[in-house]
Amino acid sequence: MMVTARFWRENPSRYNLAAKRCNNCGKVFFPPRAVCSVCHRKSLGKMECIHLKGEGEVYSFTVVHEAPSHFEMLKPYVVVMVKMDEGVMLTSQLIDVGAKDVRIGMRVRATLRRLGEDGPAGVIYYGYKFAPVRQEG
Amino acid sequence: MRDVAVIGIGDTKFGELWDLSFRDIGIQAGLAAVEDAKLVAEEIDALYVGNMSAGRFIDQEHVAALIADYSGLARDNTPATRIEAAGASGGLALREGYLAVASGMHDIVVVGGAEKMTDVGDVLATEIQSSAADQQWEVVFGATFPALHAMIARRHMHEYGTTREQIAQVAVKNHRHGALNPKAQFQREIELASVLKAPPVAEPLGVFDCAPFSDGAAAVVLCSMEKARRYTDAPIRIAASAQASDTLALHTRQDITSFRATQVAAREAFKRARKEPKDVQLAEVHDNFTISEILAIEDLGFFPKGQGGRATMEGETALGGKLAVNTSGGLKARGDPIGATGVAQIVELVQQLRGTAGKRQVPGAKVGMAQNVGGTGATVVVTILEVV
Amino acid sequence: MEVGIVSYGAYVPRYRITPQEIGRVWGSDGEAMSKGLMIYSKSVPSPDEDVITIAVEAARNMMRRVPEIDPKDIGALYTGSESHPYAVKPSGTIVAEAIGCSPNMTVADYEFACKAGTAAIQNCMGLVGAGMVKYAVAIGADTSQGAPGDPLEYSASAGGAAFLIGAKDVIATINHTASFTTDTPDFWRREGQDYPSHGGRFTGEPAYFKHVTSGAKLVFKNMGSQASDYQYAVFHQPNGKFPQRVAKMLGFTDKQIEVGLLTPQIGNTYSGAVPLGLSAVLDVAEPGERIFVVAYGSGAGSDGFDITVTDNIKRFNRLAAPLVSHYVNDRVVIDYATYAKFRGKIRVKEEVA
Repeated sequence: MMVTARFWRENPSRYNLAAKRCNNCGKVFFPPRAVCSVCHRKSLGKMECIHLKGEGEVYSFTVVHEAPSHFEMLKPYVVVMVKMDEGVMLTSQLIDVGAKDVRIGMRVRATLRRLGEDGPAGVIYYGYKFAPVRQEG
Repeated sequence: MRDVAVIGIGDTKFGELWDLSFRDIGIQAGLAAVEDAKLVAEEIDALYVGNMSAGRFIDQEHVAALIADYSGLARDNTPATRIEAAGASGGLALREGYLAVASGMHDIVVVGGAEKMTDVGDVLATEIQSSAADQQWEVVFGATFPALHAMIARRHMHEYGTTREQIAQVAVKNHRHGALNPKAQFQREIELASVLKAPPVAEPLGVFDCAPFSDGAAAVVLCSMEKARRYTDAPIRIAASAQASDTLALHTRQDITSFRATQVAAREAFKRARKEPKDVQLAEVHDNFTISEILAIEDLGFFPKGQGGRATMEGETALGGKLAVNTSGGLKARGDPIGATGVAQIVELVQQLRGTAGKRQVPGAKVGMAQNVGGTGATVVVTILEVV
Repeated sequence: MEVGIVSYGAYVPRYRITPQEIGRVWGSDGEAMSKGLMIYSKSVPSPDEDVITIAVEAARNMMRRVPEIDPKDIGALYTGSESHPYAVKPSGTIVAEAIGCSPNMTVADYEFACKAGTAAIQNCMGLVGAGMVKYAVAIGADTSQGAPGDPLEYSASAGGAAFLIGAKDVIATINHTASFTTDTPDFWRREGQDYPSHGGRFTGEPAYFKHVTSGAKLVFKNMGSQASDYQYAVFHQPNGKFPQRVAKMLGFTDKQIEVGLLTPQIGNTYSGAVPLGLSAVLDVAEPGERIFVVAYGSGAGSDGFDITVTDNIKRFNRLAAPLVSHYVNDRVVIDYATYAKFRGKIRVKEEVA
């Protein structure tokens, strides 16, 4: 799947949704970027580290039936594009929900799950997946 | 910038070519094109090879050198370049060859595209295909290449009311065309009901919404227009070449129901060719997934946004319709050896513009357009060809 | 200084399987097993869950309830489990990063069968009490497995809870902790073995009951207390019956143990069991109420705690994270085949490169 360092480097974003905001125009980037795609050079020195709150809504989705090897156990699984409250969009899975119940516009929240491993003797990878926001208490 | 013409074309059958290696298919297509152009090897100034992932499919990089060697060009130490832009590798190779001749750097170049996908199993082939998307932020989370296109389809249905049947009709139409193409991987018509009932891949897309894995190669010979008439009575002019890029990950786009790169490249191509959509009789577009064709015919400017599904269902893009789309059978029926596809599109257009497309000939074909896409629209190359 | 619980958080996976379903597959009387163990269903983790993801969710729930606390002030984090995903590489470092801790802290993983989480609480109390750290986190979580067809398969389940230990604004003061520890091999798992082994009925009287009652009596003695002084009691709960019996032996009523007794609904969450039971009590406890806790770990030992809920619990935002009852009631029942697939009990094909 992935070699250790290439995955480990992205942990701040995969665990905690580390992102960047351009303080010149306010645009948020996930994953973090060095330069704002709108402001270009004017953004240098103005890119601030932030963490996304983890909440958003479903923008589009699909149910994957033909899965890559490391997701075989989960198929069929739901893949979503989520529009986060901060304006950025990202791609992940939607869990704790029946495939039939997914709707564009559903409120969801990020949680940590296993994404895979480098075989039974290799490193385990963790990252965000989303779950529907349910009533508390 | 000089005028550039296509003076020769060649291609292999597309499909699961168990007996043929990567070298075999590359040479077969290249030699056919060179013969079609009635060239002698010494006249070729350069070679451009489009290939997405020979390194992972057959553990071989440096494939331009390999093709130059085995094609017999290497003994002339002919410069050979490999171009990669995922699914747009072939179209981009064509653009590079075109620019080389248009600029005056070279007079005659061979542009080929080749991919050998069946030497690995389907699971690995799917993973390699997915490397056209964003590995770190799409694929690693389980978004396969079909899944990304399925989400595009879902959103297109949500925003424009495009129906599942309309999307499926793309496959039906392209199979009908493919049945008329002796080089196509699938030469069998299919029914709408079969497409709808096919096993799901990533909902709403099923097996028949997705182009197959294929082996194959295609090649063309490009020549400056002034020299072209030495080789052929029917040089086909490259009226325009345009290219645009967009964000790698689908989720970074503002809108996923269009490929902005297609829109930008198409606009530039029409401007350079001094033409409008109504001037075009046929188009070869990148239907690696049925929904992609619907986006393509909208984004290229042939149909209003959101109308692509309806237009397909009403037969406007079939042979005999307002605009004949994918008379070759498209990626779906013709096959999709990734690096070869963009060049194969040109081969089809040239045959049509020469009037040699046989049973699938578009009557009165004068101007044709090719749209070749990499990833989920992160690279798009648009080419316009015309009869002189 | 008053050392105690500043916040807590819980998590239990959604899937459930019933003893009847397990018995059906192995030709045992699942109904009878269910009655005998007093277990009606047990929780099953999804293939993409493990002790680390459970610990992270519990710890994040814990932090959600105290948004005013900066995770960079956490000086130590200990995760106790007997099903850590790695034999070597701590679960705790991943949990620490996932809740935003700074690198200036200490982490280590704990193992002592089902009392790994409470042993971690004791360590946290020590660090905080000695003024070595401002806050320390103790987590007990498990995704324990029972061998197919073995009695343990009916009860071994998944879940966990996390506690933020500190000395300021505690919602519950830990007045005292005492432990009773001997070398008693009632239940064990050798390195490299997939499933644990146990000594059958040896796990009862000389193991669970001896250590829980001895630990409990130490707390009674040191605190000068008796069962009636407490509103709640939480005992380790490998099944629904043992805690009822030991409660009776110590003078507690069914009412006192009711809130903290979760095993009948979610199975034995091993290192998560007492932490989850205590979390369930904290979900409803009022200021001034006193909680008696005795965890048990095979091998063997018990950790006892005497806890008093403070007025701060009234200002504490429990509802910022799901209550234990929410997780207990959010359930999807699966069959044995799905359970076996989820738990990796089916031999799947080796990947061809």
